[in-house]
Amino acid sequence: MESEITIIVVVEHDQSGIKPVTYELLNAARKLADTGKIIALYFAGAEEADESTLIHHGADEVRICIHPDYHQYIHETYEAGLLNEIEKIKPDIVLMPASNSGKELSAAVATRLGVALATDCIDLQLSLEGEVTIKRPVFAGKAYSQCKLGGSKPYLITLRPNIFRGEGADETRNGETVREKISLPDFLNLELTREVGAKLDITEARIIVSGGLGMQGPENFKLLEDLAEVLGAAVAASRPVVDNGWQEYSHQVGQTGRTVSPDLYIACGMSGAVQHLAGMSSSRCIVAINSDPNAAIFSVADYGIVGNALEIVPLLTQEFKRILEG
Amino acid sequence: MKIVVCIKQVLDTAAEIQIQDDKIVSPGSPLIMNPYDEFAVEEAVCIKAALPESEVTVISLGPDSVKETLKRALAMGADRAIHISDPLFTGLDHSIVAKVLAKAIQKNSFDLVLCGRQAVDDDMAQTGPALAVLLDIPFVTVVTKIQFSENFETADITRQVEGGCETRKSMSLPFLVTCQKGLNEPRLPSLKGIMAAKKKEIQILSATDLELDAQFLDPKNNLLHPINLSLPPERKKGIILEGEDIAKQLATIIREEEKII
Repeated sequence: MESEITIIVVVEHDQSGIKPVTYELLNAARKLADTGKIIALYFAGAEEADESTLIHHGADEVRICIHPDYHQYIHETYEAGLLNEIEKIKPDIVLMPASNSGKELSAAVATRLGVALATDCIDLQLSLEGEVTIKRPVFAGKAYSQCKLGGSKPYLITLRPNIFRGEGADETRNGETVREKISLPDFLNLELTREVGAKLDITEARIIVSGGLGMQGPENFKLLEDLAEVLGAAVAASRPVVDNGWQEYSHQVGQTGRTVSPDLYIACGMSGAVQHLAGMSSSRCIVAINSDPNAAIFSVADYGIVGNALEIVPLLTQEFKRILEG
Repeated sequence: MKIVVCIKQVLDTAAEIQIQDDKIVSPGSPLIMNPYDEFAVEEAVCIKAALPESEVTVISLGPDSVKETLKRALAMGADRAIHISDPLFTGLDHSIVAKVLAKAIQKNSFDLVLCGRQAVDDDMAQTGPALAVLLDIPFVTVVTKIQFSENFETADITRQVEGGCETRKSMSLPFLVTCQKGLNEPRLPSLKGIMAAKKKEIQILSATDLELDAQFLDPKNNLLHPINLSLPPERKKGIILEGEDIAKQLATIIREEEKII
């Protein structure tokens, strides 16, 4: 069964290139079915798409579907292209990132095809009989649900970023590349303006420096930004901080914010409300800094520092800078 | 404008949960309106304030307790509520729930459908886009701003993307949007609103009303079959760092033991 399995990985990319989560999808696909055929599907606005890194990360074939409308992601055009390719390739599984775009695209395509969708998965298993089971967090991570996918194929699965990181590129891998100019229906209105800054998104960051009310005011988030800059991290916040207007909502971690799984989460001046813990407790390593030794955040922390974050964070910035430059 | 808002009743986000008989329970915790659906209700009520001939219908599928959530939406300013209620509607996955909702919405004419960007229990983010596909209307997800034209026929719609936002220009009604925090500030129902809600109708739609039979609603048709629920693995007990050079200690641990930097 496994030898015949075909998996499509939808490449997520933007003006800065292929998003790292794409390589995680390829890694997950290889782990799931190493002898199967893995096709990276790249919707490109022009011919100059660079496919070599996709092959190095595990693709057997890269299909580059070229159309001027693909100069930016819009779900309608991606939906049309993906439905076409699914019809041609007849894959068993289609993997997409659990990004805002991946979630809407997978939901729309699954509904059109009448097939199963599992969102934001953190584990995938394929049995010898070809059954696919997934594990995904529910209640923002307060519990995990394991499910079997049923109905006709393909199964659509979106994967949470940062979970399926592999060994990295293998530059000796070979694969095939197919470039094809495709036609799309005439969509009436695809006018779109995009404002994406240079800042790392918290769901994509390997390291997060996060602030709570213990930061005492918006001006003190500069301290967290300084530490984040040294570590190449993103800055996040708790809900009360966002509700006070100290930080934008897109930085909010928790059950009514975003769920993150970085390698390192440094919680500064955070009490650790149950909603917040749900959104970050699957981080690999958690550091908590809080002046209250009884704060709930210490219950999930691997390393705790009892003290005022406003005093300790600058010391950390200095120290990390020293050893990273050392 | 005829506006339909889909809402879901969920467990309070402050709830600590347990697993009993393969179900998630939280004894004593209240049930609330899904927080993202509050943004949807608020947006509908704001549109009605700007365009008074509008009608706001809230719709929810679930057990009897759902009536309380519908009443809250009515108290916030919705005009009427539909409760999709039938023992046959239990145990259905998102793919079937979306079809049931679509059937209910299609019973009347509509211009705008609003949903939350996801429910905070299942975290699937599937029902909104699925519903749009079934209703055959365009959709935009994770929306933080809807700017209607003066005649309320088109709108510029801003959605959140990783690292920023993007705006779709001049989308023509009808369409569906899923609402994200930042879209508005949901009001607390006023006393006047609560009193007014008591006079508003909650219409009940059963499987028969929606011309759906037991065969269609058989959970065997689900595409996602739950096998097991578990609590997250316990994190190992942490270490409190003490002493003089705390910053140095931590930096060394992160580099040499955790090997993160």
